[in-house]
This record gives sequence, C-alpha cells and structure tokens, in this order.
Amino acid sequence: MSVKAIKERMSGNEAVSYAIRQVAPEVMPAFPITPSTEIPQMVSTYIANGELDTEFIPVESEHSAMSAAIGAEAAGARTMTATSSAGLALMWEELLLAASNRLPIVLTLVNRTLSGPININCDHSDGMGARDTGWIQIYAENNQEAYDNYIQAFPIAEDPRVHLPVMICQDGFITSHAVENIELMEDEPVKDFVGTYTPEEFMLNPGRPVSVGPYSVSNYAMEAKKLQEEAMERSKAVILEVAKKFGEMSGREYGLFEEYRTEDADYIMVIMGSAAGTAKTAVDELRDQGWKVGVLKLRVFRPFPEKEIAEALKNCKAAAIMDRCESYNGNGGPLSSEIPAGLYRSKVMIETVSYVYGLAGRDFRVEDAAGIFRDLRDLVENGKEVEQFKYIGLRV
Amino acid sequence: MRTDATKINERSPYTDLTEGLQMFSAGTAKNFNTGEWRTNTPVMDWTKCRQCLLCCPVCPDSSIPVKDGKRLEFDYDHCKGCGICVKVCPFDAIIMKEGIEP
Repeated sequence: MSVKAIKERMSGNEAVSYAIRQVAPEVMPAFPITPSTEIPQMVSTYIANGELDTEFIPVESEHSAMSAAIGAEAAGARTMTATSSAGLALMWEELLLAASNRLPIVLTLVNRTLSGPININCDHSDGMGARDTGWIQIYAENNQEAYDNYIQAFPIAEDPRVHLPVMICQDGFITSHAVENIELMEDEPVKDFVGTYTPEEFMLNPGRPVSVGPYSVSNYAMEAKKLQEEAMERSKAVILEVAKKFGEMSGREYGLFEEYRTEDADYIMVIMGSAAGTAKTAVDELRDQGWKVGVLKLRVFRPFPEKEIAEALKNCKAAAIMDRCESYNGNGGPLSSEIPAGLYRSKVMIETVSYVYGLAGRDFRVEDAAGIFRDLRDLVENGKEVEQFKYIGLRV
Repeated sequence: MRTDATKINERSPYTDLTEGLQMFSAGTAKNFNTGEWRTNTPVMDWTKCRQCLLCCPVCPDSSIPVKDGKRLEFDYDHCKGCGICVKVCPFDAIIMKEGIEP
C-alpha cells in the first residue's frame, strides 16, 4: 500500500535537498559549484533552522569534499556530498578511492558540461567522465525521479552485497532549477525506508580494529579489483530489489531503464536524463500519426544493463542512440560505443544510428526528436544513408 | 567478512580476500622485515647516551624499544634509517652510518 503523497511544486535541487533533510545523513562535506550550489545552500539553511543535525563541513575544494567524505564514511558515518562539472573532475582521484575502498557514499550530481569552452549549462560530460570510477550511476528525467532516486541510493549503496558509492544524477538547470509538480513522501516512511546506518565494519569501533585502504602489492591488487567488479555486477539485482520496495511504498515504478511505448515499436530512441521527456512527446505525436515509435530511457548507466538493453531492442528495426556527451574518439559518445557492443555480443543485429545532442545546454526540441525518427525510417524503408554521430541542432 | 590476516597469503584465491583489502588485525607490520629497505643506519654510542628518551617518541616506525625507563638497542628489522633520532639527540649519541649494516 502506498504512503500518503504530499503534492508540492519544486525544482530538482529543492527536491533533492528536501530528501536530504528527510534521510538526514550524518556528514556532508561540500563545496559550491553551479548548478548544484543550491543543494549545500539549502541543506545549510535546514541545519541553521534546526531542522537537520547533519555535520556540514565547508571544505576548500571538491578534492577535499570527497576526501572528507571518504574519511567520514570509513569512520562509520552515513555520508553524502553534492557537485557538478569541474567539481566532479576535481574529485576524480578520490572517486576511485571511494569505490575501491568500498565506501557507500552518496553523491548528488547536477550534470553540467566540462570546460572548454567554459560554460555552465547541461550535458553529461561530467558524469560520463566518471563512468569508469566504480560508482553506480543513476540518471533522472525530472525532479520527481531525482527525489526518488536519492532516497533509493542509500539502501543500494549500503547493501552488504554492494558496498559501493552511488551517484544520483539530474540535468543541470533543466531539472535542477525548473520548478515542476512533485509528490513528496512524509518524513517517517522515508526514514524507515533508508533505515539506520549500521555498517558491518568501521574505523571508530573500539575493540574491532580495521585498516581501510592499505597499500597492496601486485600479488593482491588485481584480486581486489575483481572483487570490486563483482560487487558492481551484483548491484544490478539490488537496484531492482530496492526499486520494487520503493514502488510498494510510493506507487512509482523504477527499473534499470524505462520502456515508453516500445512494445510494438519499429524505431526506438535510447536516451538519458531530461531529454527523455522531449523524446516521449515526439513519440506521442508520431504515434498519433500512426508511426510505431518508442523511447528507451536509460536510468541505470552503471552497472551497464547491456544484455537487458539488447533484449529490449531486439524486435525493433532501428535504434537511435543519443549521447549528451562527446568522447572525442571519432565514434560519438559513451552510449554509442557501449550499446552497439552489447547488441553485437547478444547477436541482435538491428540498425543503430548514433547522435550527439544537447552539448553545453543546446536545446533538444520535440521536432529534433521527430527528425531523428524520420532518419531511422528513411534508413530502413528507403535505404537512405544516414550520418552517424551527427550533432543535433548544430549550425551548418 | 572479518578474516584472520595470517591466513591470507599470495596464493589465496580472490574470493578469500576482504572488501577493499581491509585489514582486521592491528600491528601486523611487525610480521614483516621492512628494515631491509634501509640504506643508512643509525648506530648508538652508548658512552654518550644519557637515557633522556627524546629519540623514542619521534621514531616513525616504533623501532626504539623502551624497557624499565631505558631505551634499548634499535629494532633493525623495522628501522628505515630516516635519521630523525640522530637529529633529535641532544648528546650526539646516535650517528648515521652508510649502508644497511649497523
């Protein structure tokens, strides 16, 4: 049975900050950076108003923020931080330490492009840059999902089968600053859902000594990395278990990805984040005209649901793979490398066309999405050659 | 998974190792002869030593044992030859000798 919903209107940053107040992590070291600045700001306000007893650490950089988060989490405190763009890049070294030391830190990332040119608007180059750091990454389409994903992050990260840090991602400005309707939950069910943090091993535990992050010679390091990799594989089942439990509480269903009108679709767009909403509107309009089109909105990017995506795409004629990120490797972005590799390994030999869209806040419009579906149909029905790795909305 | 560190060795399968290679026992450094890393060696001139004990707490490797209020000979199995004890000694009772042998 679902719990009572509180109908509100909020921005993505407000929604995540509200969830932080409800979860009340014990420690939050953070350094402000646009567009995530409001999160530490709002949390500080909650603390100043006596509504939250989180230990907020104002640090001198994001490198320090993640270092302090690692220390706090290793000591045994439930810990989180927030950042964007260059802030995440400055954390890079520590991101790998958080994961390899198996510390269930939660980071709320408000996606913003990486310089240069210097720009503060949304794309996924920050999150994608951290794709091989060993963090679980979950992307939100809107403020509701950012709120819901944040609450689910702790039971995923802290599960003994996982013990990995989780990055909860939402699109900068588009989601973080736009005010939309939202259904919040009351404090008690949220607190019950995340539970009290009781780590099995932690450093401030008298009589039970533990050393975290010891030097490892070559005879041990590769074995440690394999253990970490297996935890990432196991997290997929845990993410689904937590989503199921969350669905029972909230009435909102989550999976590794969302399939929107894909059941009989000939053409499917694979996309992440806020632009999935735009793609869904294009799908609705084209469906009204009799087109069989759908959207696969990727929610969990790490662990990468390779086989599940291949299974979901196997019956379509062509898929558009949408990267809000450029890999500068001549082959589009990360999704356009990983999804076709997965299709090949699963022997799903459909057509795929990769696109790059929305870099540094470039608008992605309903007509852009519709044009991409037209590309796919021209490719399949008319044998038209379609450009790979095309930049959507580029002035030419 | 809390394990006995003495039961893990270089032939253990990866599944026997701990998460993040966390160590669940204290003071395991004494089981390893890390003194062989040393390139220079502190040597005592016992005729000058007044047992002021200033050298003991500054040793980063706890390699100056103290018993009954008196320092003993260096623990050369763990001394890395950093020379901090030489700097701190007010009586020039410790000299640095080139090489690993005292």
